[in-house]
Amino acid sequence: MSTIIEIRNISKQYRLGESAPMYGSLREALLEALRKPWKALRRSSNGRAVQAANDFWALKDVNIEVQQGETLAIIGQNGAGKSTLLKIISRVVDPTEGLIRLRGRMASLLEVGTGFHRVLTGRENIYLLGAVLGMRKAEIDAKFDEIVAFAGIGQFLDTPVKRYSSGMYVRLAFAVAANLDPEILIVDEVLAVGDVAFQKKCLGKMSEVSQGGRTVLFVSHNLAAVEALCRRGVVLDRGRVVFSGTATDAVRYYLHNVVASDSDFETHAIDLGRAPGRPAKCHPLLNRLELFAEDGSPFLGDVQVGRGLKARIYFELDQPCVNFDAWLGFETLLGQRVCTAHTAYEPDRAHEERSGSQSFVCDIGSLPLVPGEYKLSVGLDIAGHEIDWVENATQITITGSDYYGTGVVPTRGAFLLDNRWRLSDPSQELVSDQAALGLEQPGPSMFHAAGQVTRS
Amino acid sequence: MTSSFELVIRPRKGWQAIDLREIWFHRELLGFLVWRDVKIRYKQTLLGSLWAILQPLMAMVVFVGLFNRVAKISSDGPPYALFVFAGLVPWTFFSNALTLSANSLVGNEQMIRKTYFPRLFVPLGTILALGLDLVVSLVFMGVLMAYYRWPLSGAFVWLPVFLLGSFLAAGGLGLILAAVNVYYRDVKYVVPFWVQMAFFLTPVIYPLRYVPARLRAFLGLNPMAGVIEGFRHALLGSPANWEMIGASLGVSLALFVAGLFFLRRMERDFADVV
Repeated sequence: MSTIIEIRNISKQYRLGESAPMYGSLREALLEALRKPWKALRRSSNGRAVQAANDFWALKDVNIEVQQGETLAIIGQNGAGKSTLLKIISRVVDPTEGLIRLRGRMASLLEVGTGFHRVLTGRENIYLLGAVLGMRKAEIDAKFDEIVAFAGIGQFLDTPVKRYSSGMYVRLAFAVAANLDPEILIVDEVLAVGDVAFQKKCLGKMSEVSQGGRTVLFVSHNLAAVEALCRRGVVLDRGRVVFSGTATDAVRYYLHNVVASDSDFETHAIDLGRAPGRPAKCHPLLNRLELFAEDGSPFLGDVQVGRGLKARIYFELDQPCVNFDAWLGFETLLGQRVCTAHTAYEPDRAHEERSGSQSFVCDIGSLPLVPGEYKLSVGLDIAGHEIDWVENATQITITGSDYYGTGVVPTRGAFLLDNRWRLSDPSQELVSDQAALGLEQPGPSMFHAAGQVTRS
Repeated sequence: MTSSFELVIRPRKGWQAIDLREIWFHRELLGFLVWRDVKIRYKQTLLGSLWAILQPLMAMVVFVGLFNRVAKISSDGPPYALFVFAGLVPWTFFSNALTLSANSLVGNEQMIRKTYFPRLFVPLGTILALGLDLVVSLVFMGVLMAYYRWPLSGAFVWLPVFLLGSFLAAGGLGLILAAVNVYYRDVKYVVPFWVQMAFFLTPVIYPLRYVPARLRAFLGLNPMAGVIEGFRHALLGSPANWEMIGASLGVSLALFVAGLFFLRRMERDFADVV
């Protein structure tokens, strides 16, 4: 393996503020030059020494090496410098400092429809975009059928793309770039659009590209896709590389050290004594809620779909009692309760008389909630009466993961169902169909008879 | 998959050489951009490329009425209509080229922000695409000459030189205006007005003999003055003032080279500013 992209000490500086008008009218520029000829002169001779206070480094000393055939994910929040880095690599903007060596032909998968012209037909746009991406006409001719088939726009080939649906638009754009056979493919956040089927097709094409020995640079907020597709990951934060390692580790680092540090909520140890979310009628017995990640480390606010969560609830019993329960509720931001973890659901629960300071430990093996923000409520019941509870004690974020192993992050509904699907011949009896597939666990009711047949 | 290809990206400062190798590498894109501009220009129009004829033809009719009949300006030999049309063919090309190319980089903002290719292709492609109009109107010039039974002069062989001259003049100014327009959109408003003024400072509607002798030397600084004189010489056999034509062609060439370097210098920040 050889290094195909070598990024050395790349920095990019932008100038902010009024002293360096980038836009504006000619009149302003002329007036400025007339009013402050001295300053204008100094700025031109003395470059960036003036007004250093307004300088902003979008990238600072970035060093990355990418080997041939690697798929590298670049992860970071908005404004972390991902796009700037890709722009520099694709030569759209110059770096301020540093050097990049590229040892292969490169193409970027562009934002939807860049390079397309609305009044031209699909056929014409394939040639146009191909040329913009650096393909020769002969290459486009050779790949033409493949591109059309991949995009699935066959019958609309000679329709102006302005009549295309947005999905067709994206498909066509991706098809051209993906079939370009570049040695380095840059994919920037394009998978956010398009339907699920197409997203999958794109992911498939990208892994095909990388397996073919080509190099892929991938920027996405879709962490599941990052994990499914990339072997290596780099985390950018405020223009610097803060982590470099395997994609899985990079995602973990990003969630724990970059996203979590920005959260407004206390995510690990929550003081319930003076919590604002406690209704006035409550008798304040709950003291404290502690959250831990699956591995027992302090919780940082994010948990991936299907991963676990541990909680410890501290409370006081102001009189001896046997029948006391604690619970932890998960609600959407709209206030819809999605699920509740409750001590009453614990079969092995010990019932003894207790008083004074107590705590319950709750171990949630898996939180299969659809990615998003959830509010946590915590409560204490004594003898079946709700004595104390705190609403919105904290918030947690469920982040996407490749839960189903398909590269598709589930986004609909409230929680994730364990489900399997298969195509079935409509003319065939379910009995024999099931037998053919060797389903081992027949349903309890209507398929029971069939199940017995299969099992025998 | 090993490739001998290696590209080094580093900060560029100051004036840069024109990278001919890179331009050659991307040459097909220039062709595609020209083809695109030709395709879209007359889409959803009723008359299509007939406009290439109608624009100068209508101007010619007005000028014949106004300057020939009313103001009594006469040509230096051929019928005034032919004389004016021979000047309007390159002038229409030039004025359209300036107006369209000045806005070309801004109009292709999306492409410029997202992909890399030699930026000079955008204004030059726009101008080359107008070459089709130029050819169409030249063909119509032939029809007019047949109508007036005016013989084609032997100087016809010089026409390519003057075609190139008009392209260099439009290209040089177009490159500069397009680059400035990225930073200062004022250009968009200035250009049409400026082109209109320049029309009167160029011998399109009047022959050179109307210009006082001592001012004729200055006309040589006008890149289009020589081109238009040249067109008339090549098409109609009008007398040629070679000194003025030479100076004017020299200015065109200088403008073109200056435009190439100027755009090259400015293009670094296009993606951030446009």
